[in-house]
Amino acid sequence: MNRMYEDYYRMDRMPTIWCPGCGNGIVLNGFIEAFKNSGLDRKNTVIVSGIGCSSRSALYLDFDTIHTTHGRAISFATGIKQSRPELNVVVLTGDGDCSAIGGNHLIHAARRNIDLTVVCYNNSTYGMTNGQYSPTTPTGSITATSMYGFMESPFDLCKLVEAAGATYVARTTTFHAKMIPMMIKNALLKKGFSFVDCIAQCPTYFGRKNKMSTPADMMKWIRDSSVNKKTAETMSESELAGKFVIGEFVNKEKPELTAEYTKLVERLKLKEKEGAAYAKV
Amino acid sequence: MAETLHKRKAKAINIYRKACKACGICIAFCPSKSLGTDELGYPVVANLDTCTACNLCVDRCPDLAIEIIKETDNKPEKKGDEDGKK
Ligand SMILES: Cc1ncc(C[n+]2csc(CCOP(=O)(O)OP(=O)(O)O)c2C)c(N)n1
Ligand code: SF4
Ligand code: SF4
Ligand code: SF4
Ligand SMILES: [Mg+2]
Repeated sequence: MNRMYEDYYRMDRMPTIWCPGCGNGIVLNGFIEAFKNSGLDRKNTVIVSGIGCSSRSALYLDFDTIHTTHGRAISFATGIKQSRPELNVVVLTGDGDCSAIGGNHLIHAARRNIDLTVVCYNNSTYGMTNGQYSPTTPTGSITATSMYGFMESPFDLCKLVEAAGATYVARTTTFHAKMIPMMIKNALLKKGFSFVDCIAQCPTYFGRKNKMSTPADMMKWIRDSSVNKKTAETMSESELAGKFVIGEFVNKEKPELTAEYTKLVERLKLKEKEGAAYAKV
Repeated sequence: MAETLHKRKAKAINIYRKACKACGICIAFCPSKSLGTDELGYPVVANLDTCTACNLCVDRCPDLAIEIIKETDNKPEKKGDEDGKK
């Protein structure tokens, strides 16, 4: 392994179980680069993940990590952040983990504006369980559970969390690998709910079923399906069907839940003290 | 070594075969076609002189199996353990 991030990996766990050319490694390396550049302290950081190929990320990182149950990464992260607001809490999750079984947790964490950084490895499938469709599967795709083509419309997770109240929202892809660290760094430094949607490839299940037999073919498809935010503004809804719009969508300030909660506790403590003072008289 | 008009940008392209899964991503997207493939599908350096040290192959390698040592870098050309045993 090259020497760039050796420090951040649990080297005894290498190599990863990920298939050759799986996008998860690209996202994870991007996260490490972002973390390095953020200036945050590893000792003050918790990595939380759920279940899925992508969620195995937590196992490979030499951080304080917690590998939770399927769909509940954001719930565990919420608990950690609420009880220890001084920690940086990062959720590494998959599209299935955070938008199917864990969809409600995602929406409500964004609505509450709790200071979490959520990185979604969005390969539009359930990789770990052999490639069923997920809520982000593009219409028409062949998957283990849509042999004749997926009939439904995919979720735009960025729009979803934006509508719910997130303060940082961005999307990039493994093809645009240089953008991953930039966006995740912004997300890490934002005091509020942050979400980075990373379009990634699952060559083994999604790729093979959809006539993209190599990882490079999948990345070409991702490249050709990507549209930047500016160009997307000039396109109609039908032209945008099946496209991944990439860019930063939200970057704003709003009162954050744990900070507000801490203020409330201080206020009540003061009131109690004043109350005690009155009681003495 | 072939003569080139421009100054060489990379001192070395290291491929750590123990970490590499021969996925082919680095080869497919190298803008200057500096990487080729061996009979097993592993990347090999096809032309060090054309490499622009853009680092795209490094950023896109899922397994941190490739490394570019720039002419301007002063770190050793290759890590101690030849093929990146880890
Ligand atoms: C409660 C529960 N339901 C279902 C499963 C089976 N399961 C494991 S991973 C997974 C989907 C993972 O999809 P995603 O989060 O997109 O991760 P990927 O493998 O694609 O990276 C499912 C349904 C489980 N482990 N637990
Ligand atoms: S099954 Fe898909 S998502 Fe899972 S490791 Fe393999 S390529 Fe990656
Ligand atoms: S991208 Fe990395 S793992 Fe894939 S062939 Fe190149 S060096 Fe090997
Ligand atoms: S650094 Fe750029 S030019 Fe050099 S081998 Fe990698 S992708 Fe090709
Ligand atoms: Mg998935």
